[in-house]
Amino acid sequence: MSTVARFSEAQEDGRRVLRFAGDLTLPRLGPLPQRLDRLKGRDFVLDISEVGRMDTIGAWLLHRTARERGGEIIGADAGAASLLRQVGEADKPIKVRPDPPPPLLRVMDQIGTATVLAGRTMLGLLGFFGAMLISLWQVALHPRRFRLNAVVQRFEVVGVHAFGIIGLMSLLVGIVIAQQGAVELRQFGAEVFTINLIGRAAVKELGVLMTAIMVAGRSGSSFAAEIGSMKLAEEVDAMRTIGVSPLEALVLPRVIATVAMMPLLAFYAAILAIVGGGLFCWVSLEIPPITFIQRTREVVPLTDLWELLIKAPVFGLIIAMAGCFQGMQVESNAEEVGLRTTTAVVQAIFLVIVLDAFFAVFFTSLGWT
Amino acid sequence: MTETPAARDEDRDIVIRVRGLTNRFGEQLVHEDLELDVRRGEIYGVVGGSGTGKSVLMRSIIGLQRPEEGEIDVFGVPMLSASERELQAVRKRWGILFQGAALFSTLTVAENVEVPLREFYPRLSERLLDEIAAYKIVMVGLSPEAGPKYPAELSGGMRKRAGIARALALDPELLFLDEPTAGLDPIGAAAFDNLVVELRDRLGLTVFLITHDLDTLYTICDRVAVLADRKVVAVGTIPELLALDHPWIQEYFRGPRGRAAEEAVEEAEARAEAAEAAEGGAEG
Ligand SMILES: Nc1ncnc2c1ncn2[C@@H]1O[C@H](COP(=O)(O)OP(=O)(O)OP(=O)(O)O)[C@@H](O)[C@H]1O
Ligand SMILES: [Mg+2]
Repeated sequence: MSTVARFSEAQEDGRRVLRFAGDLTLPRLGPLPQRLDRLKGRDFVLDISEVGRMDTIGAWLLHRTARERGGEIIGADAGAASLLRQVGEADKPIKVRPDPPPPLLRVMDQIGTATVLAGRTMLGLLGFFGAMLISLWQVALHPRRFRLNAVVQRFEVVGVHAFGIIGLMSLLVGIVIAQQGAVELRQFGAEVFTINLIGRAAVKELGVLMTAIMVAGRSGSSFAAEIGSMKLAEEVDAMRTIGVSPLEALVLPRVIATVAMMPLLAFYAAILAIVGGGLFCWVSLEIPPITFIQRTREVVPLTDLWELLIKAPVFGLIIAMAGCFQGMQVESNAEEVGLRTTTAVVQAIFLVIVLDAFFAVFFTSLGWT
Repeated sequence: MTETPAARDEDRDIVIRVRGLTNRFGEQLVHEDLELDVRRGEIYGVVGGSGTGKSVLMRSIIGLQRPEEGEIDVFGVPMLSASERELQAVRKRWGILFQGAALFSTLTVAENVEVPLREFYPRLSERLLDEIAAYKIVMVGLSPEAGPKYPAELSGGMRKRAGIARALALDPELLFLDEPTAGLDPIGAAAFDNLVVELRDRLGLTVFLITHDLDTLYTICDRVAVLADRKVVAVGTIPELLALDHPWIQEYFRGPRGRAAEEAVEEAEARAEAAEAAEGGAEG
């Protein structure tokens, strides 16, 4: 005999009887719940004397049908009766998810929330910057609290491990710029100016911008994810209660390391971009390396290098701060860690580019052209 | 290997069979040649000091930790060589509560309970799913307000209960519980003990129960396995274990807490007997 749950209908003494058979268990339910839902009418008698095994889900189906349709359950043995009693006792209205607000209200609510959030984020970042300065000051007063090991370890992660990828990227960008530039300049017979193009673009903008983007993607995101996961696991709270300031232990080492590594990485990126351009010039335009180097030294003013060295640490500060700040904002769940990590990277890159524009205006007005 | 019919009959009654299990983390040997059998319908307690590898044992049985060596059969399926389809069929028949509850943090409590149902029985209607989640939540002793809350908004004990509700979602035949009563108040813990016994009696559940809770051990476990020295050193009912003179077992059950739990159980039994006697006297 098959054990799939099923029922048949019959009329007895003017009442409709539903006779159940088979196993009323989850794996054996099949389409029974749908069939029960489609049933019309009320006041059934549910006869379960022929049911084999039953689990709480089967019991729940019976209980619910009896409750909603004013029915009566007969033929339950001791085990079934106790299961029915158990689910009956557990029958309380429960919401599965929080109520969604009405649509119009929701839109307004979302706009409001977004506005408040944007304001809070700006204020929060400022506050975070302030708190960081204070803790920097504290560390300066008590130099023994400075976590040299943590900083050195971050040097490695943020800086040394990034050398490969940043080098490769810059080399390729250098080659591409040289190639594209040469095609255009050839029309004016000014191919030799490709060298100016590469040298100035690499040192002034490309090196530092590309590095900032790469560091934001590599390190800013990992700062946010690391600190975010630690917040979820209550590690940050634990630190506070032990008297360790999370700002000192988690944020400062990361910020200091990023600020320190950014100029090095940016300078290295600029050099490799020039090398890439030089390679292209050598191979394709037949400009010998010696000439290329000489010419680069002539056309790239020292102020371009100053610009790079001023911008890079500022960008590093922004990237590390955005990462750590977003990480510290994580409150409740894993999804938030992901969201905050994305926000950290987007915010960092956006702020870097906005600031780069300001720097451009500023340096021009200084006469550094 | 030759098998007599009687041996095979016995096999069918063994839900979990572990043979020659060896687990190692780097240099550290956690289990060595460990052996255990869990019979159908029993509540099998596992005790052992912190760090003796109870959680690791559970993780190897359910296939989350690949052992270095050994055989593990669950429902007669060899877990280490079974195909994904066979494993999926086994997963449909068990429920698991992790030591840290491991709720999905982006889902509400009720949605958490619905996850296994949705995964294995996609044809259940939305309404039935919600109803099942609701009664399971009440059954494990959570208040109805907990249903639409997210795990981060729950207390530690509530999280544990939500985890139990999720483990029970499919009305499984086999339940793994890693310290279910740790973090529950004594009333809640006692209610939980009752729930487990009730479900076992009604549904024929088999329970693999890791616990440090002596009351739970005394009141609900049919057999208790003691994990020490990288092995199961003894299995039996508590009186049987007490008769052994393993130093750790003696210290565990004979320590002040062990004695208190023992006395409580004895007292309860004596009271029950007295009540029965009184009833008999009234009738006679
Ligand atoms: N992923 C891992 N990597 C390395 N070692 C591990 C890992 N997981 C567990 N261990 C080690 O295995 C041993 C057993 O751990 P397990 O979590 O099973 O302990 P337990 O018996 O459950 O203890 P408790 O009662 O405290 O929960 C411990 O010594 C632990 O250090
Ligand atoms: Mg454990």
